[in-house]
Amino acid sequence: MNRSVIIQFISFFFYLLFQVLVLKNLVLFNVAFCFLYIVFLLSLPIDINPLLLMVIGFLLGISIDTFYDSLGLHAFAMVLVAYLRNYWIAAITPQGGYDSGTLPVLDTNGIQWFLVYTIPLIFVHHFVLFFWEAAGFTNFWFTFLKVISSVMFTLMVILILQFTFGNRRRI
Amino acid sequence: MERLFLFVYNYRAFFTLLSLEVICSWLILQNNQYQSSKYFNTSNAVVANAVATSTSVKQYFGLREINRELAEENAKLHQLLVKQKSILLENKLSIIDSSKLKNFTYTSAKVIDNSTAFSKNYITINKGEADGLLPGMAVISAKGVVGKVKTVSKHYSVVISILNIDEQVSSVIKSSNYFCTSQWDGFDPQVVELKYVPRHVKLIVGDTVVTSGYNAVFPEGIMIGVIKKYELKEEALFHDIRVELAQDFAQLAYVDVVKNSLKKEMDSVESVLIKK
Repeated sequence: MNRSVIIQFISFFFYLLFQVLVLKNLVLFNVAFCFLYIVFLLSLPIDINPLLLMVIGFLLGISIDTFYDSLGLHAFAMVLVAYLRNYWIAAITPQGGYDSGTLPVLDTNGIQWFLVYTIPLIFVHHFVLFFWEAAGFTNFWFTFLKVISSVMFTLMVILILQFTFGNRRRI
Repeated sequence: MERLFLFVYNYRAFFTLLSLEVICSWLILQNNQYQSSKYFNTSNAVVANAVATSTSVKQYFGLREINRELAEENAKLHQLLVKQKSILLENKLSIIDSSKLKNFTYTSAKVIDNSTAFSKNYITINKGEADGLLPGMAVISAKGVVGKVKTVSKHYSVVISILNIDEQVSSVIKSSNYFCTSQWDGFDPQVVELKYVPRHVKLIVGDTVVTSGYNAVFPEGIMIGVIKKYELKEEALFHDIRVELAQDFAQLAYVDVVKNSLKKEMDSVESVLIKK
């Protein structure tokens, strides 16, 4: 057990509790949700085993679902994001590649890379989540509004947190 | 055989994805039914405790409003009691069947978790099996219909809110006595849709909509809301009606769970008819 594993383990519970105790009550204008917990999955080390990543996504998703009374829903979206994440990281490799063991956070590769990395994955997560929750495409535009506004809200909170607490990783 | 294993091994990430997603989909479909999972929801004691703590902090800020509502309800009930007593005294009503008199019993419960922004909203309350609650019971508040009990644990229950696109409530337009169905369309948490009201029915904005009592879940005449607006499209078979809910779900704090002691009898009589 090295130190970073313990830190990740603690932050798993931190994100879970913060989501279900605080952010669950925070819905703006009845359309904008903040699913901050996704950033836990996104900021795990770049070279993590994809199978382990999916299992972690599944566990976090199921725990969130238990509090949201939506068993399987968040888990489904999280597993999908976990699967896509490593392919997406490989696809957007900057010139020079990644150092092994780095975390895909704001400070490692800069804001531009971070936005390209997070926005599509958050979008996929929210899209799957809201459309499955709404049981299909009947209220397409309303559900789509929920997706877009939630992506913006979540991204905003992620950026704020990365700017405030992220610099401990800076050398 | 070896090549098959190699194939699976090479695509192990994809196969893990598939199997996990199949598990998730199965869970989602299971969860849509009554009496689904018993442990992985907010009626789980540990989860409910955490949620209750967070809600108690939140509700602290709404105490004034909750107090006012409870006082109002108290006054209303008091008035009703006096009226009832005088009627009983005047008519010296002889009660023939005492089981009919005690048809509905009410259990008061506190809301510890509630949402209004999803398409499928659930409410968690702090009463459960130990207080005689069972899945399928009606949940109402002082102002109107709230929902139906979905799962119960020992001390907590999860309620399907009327703000759930799968939930339908058999209702009646009070002025014309027309039988119809209320269902939420997923948009505005203040407004539900009233379905299956035929073309010839005359409607007025402001008409009261109440529960019909045709199924054994809700007692008759529980307030749902008032008609906010209606529309009749060309070729449509039914009116397009929006009903403003009497209960503001964002402010829900206390509810009553209704137990119908004659439900079994009513259901069994009806099921005989259905079988034939």
